[in-house]
Amino acid sequence: MLEFERDLDELREHIAELERDAGADPNSQVARELAVLQLELETRTADIFAHLTPWQRVQLARHAQRPHTQDYLDRLCSDFTELHGDRRFADDPSVIAGLATFEGRSVIVVGHQKGRSTAENVERNFGMAHPEGFRKALRLFDMAERFGRPVLTFLDTPGASPTLDDEKRGQSWAIAENMARLARLRVPVIVTVIGEGGSGGALALGVGDRVLMLEHAIYSVASPEAAAAIIWRSSDHAEEAAAALGLTAPDLLRAGLIDRVVPEPEGGAHRDFDSAAANLRAELARMLEELCAQNVDDLINARYAKFRAMGEHQQAPAV
Amino acid sequence: MAVRRRGGVQSYPDVPVDLWVTCRKCGGMHYRPEFEAALRVCPSCNYHDRLDAAERIALLLDDPGEFREIDADVTAADPLGFRRPSGSYVDRVAKARALTSRNEAIVCGIGPLHGRPVALGVMEFGFIAGSMGSATGEKITRLFEHALRHGLPVITVTASGGARQDEGLFALMQMARTTAAAARLGEAGLPHICVMADPTLAGVTASFAAVADIIVGEPGATIRFAGSRVVQGTLRRRAPVEDHTAEWVLRQGMLDLVVPRRELRETLGRVIGHLAPAEAAAPARVTAKAARV
Ligand SMILES: [Zn+2]
Repeated sequence: MLEFERDLDELREHIAELERDAGADPNSQVARELAVLQLELETRTADIFAHLTPWQRVQLARHAQRPHTQDYLDRLCSDFTELHGDRRFADDPSVIAGLATFEGRSVIVVGHQKGRSTAENVERNFGMAHPEGFRKALRLFDMAERFGRPVLTFLDTPGASPTLDDEKRGQSWAIAENMARLARLRVPVIVTVIGEGGSGGALALGVGDRVLMLEHAIYSVASPEAAAAIIWRSSDHAEEAAAALGLTAPDLLRAGLIDRVVPEPEGGAHRDFDSAAANLRAELARMLEELCAQNVDDLINARYAKFRAMGEHQQAPAV
Repeated sequence: MAVRRRGGVQSYPDVPVDLWVTCRKCGGMHYRPEFEAALRVCPSCNYHDRLDAAERIALLLDDPGEFREIDADVTAADPLGFRRPSGSYVDRVAKARALTSRNEAIVCGIGPLHGRPVALGVMEFGFIAGSMGSATGEKITRLFEHALRHGLPVITVTASGGARQDEGLFALMQMARTTAAAARLGEAGLPHICVMADPTLAGVTASFAAVADIIVGEPGATIRFAGSRVVQGTLRRRAPVEDHTAEWVLRQGMLDLVVPRRELRETLGRVIGHLAPAEAAAPARVTAKAARV
């Protein structure tokens, strides 16, 4: 549990106790007290969530109970069939991918997958994909184009796995090749940052016609720890880095780097997976409908123009 | 080739100024005139010392005097109002401009290689460690677009610490933007050759550089995805000690070849001769085509 959630949770427990004690009489002392406490809980939750600091959002985005890709697939798609392996080296459990039906349409889904238990997190490498994970994704992007199926991707990673073995198998190459493929893929692609959008490891699944972010997701050039290691030479400055990097969904919407912020239920997506998924479903359904109606050449030209416009520079006389 | 004194090898403190240089890799001491004559290649360990953009252009083109720079006026903005403990991003950019006499961490232009015009983009490591920000990405993207419009092959020379953190997600998106531009060039059947010089790291390795048709490493160049400080920040332990040299990356199967500096121009010219569209072989016709576009 996060620090700023603790007070709220104590209040919630208190309310639950009173609810057990309260009789059927709506005018009893207990019932009146309950109503007051419930109002207080709502007000305080709304107040805290209206003024979240960037670091609090980082914590929410990484919340151990936060819904991950599989949780969304379970709620968005009726028949997810997971497909494994890159047909080159191995199957990477930190990326899940497959075929599914979304709103009556066959789609290809690909996402980073974090674990919830320690054992599962070790198995899934904390959502840090290896080159073979990105190459599994690439295999499915190719398949999507071959069969004319739209692609939905879900981003939730601290970053690509940075070990020596990953270097040996060409981590940089895997990421770059995915971006190049997605940039020119001749089917609609919708990207959703559901939790942590960390660096190149996120972007390897992150080039599409629309980029959505869950309200408390983050998307950053490097994880706050890595950025702090680069800028402050110590990952202990992660909180400062989070504030400086402009990595929250509202920041990035203002910056024009994402298209839409998907609202989360009160208290965050981890409080209510179903509502979080329902909100996302509504946005994805609308956008997919719109994109599938477009001519493919127009689609990839617009996708090129979209990323072409991402950046701020100025003119200066040549030095 | 043009020789200048900035950046690069450190001068040895106890000897008359600039007469001796110390190799960055092996610490060997070399008499500067001989070292420069050897194109700054260490005679002891074969480390290819860093060149600035002007030196690199002089090394690669038939006649550097014919190099026509484009987009020299594009420079960094400050989208986040970013400030490090050591100072503001605006100040860093100002210092980098003063130090390098460049507006950005890459110099782009058109010049002749083996008698054929090529679009050339050379990263300037002295400019904020060659990091890729929005303006850098803008220039790289324009270079690919220029080459596409005029039917030119592209040569990029990378020397970069990766994405420029001071621009946050704007910097990350330059990876997508430059890679998309490179991919579009490829669709048009125009070759992109990338020379990865020392060092080529992170956001630059993992974007337009890695999708080049031919990737050449410079001997001894450090080429890797994760910088040691990033590895430390993420895994909370020290980065592995392996040196990630071009030769090592070649053995992993990620580079096409490692070419000594003295043979680089010849090799690039030969490779482009094989891959570039036949019509580009006659510069006069290219000019005519360029005029039509
Ligand atoms: Zn040496």
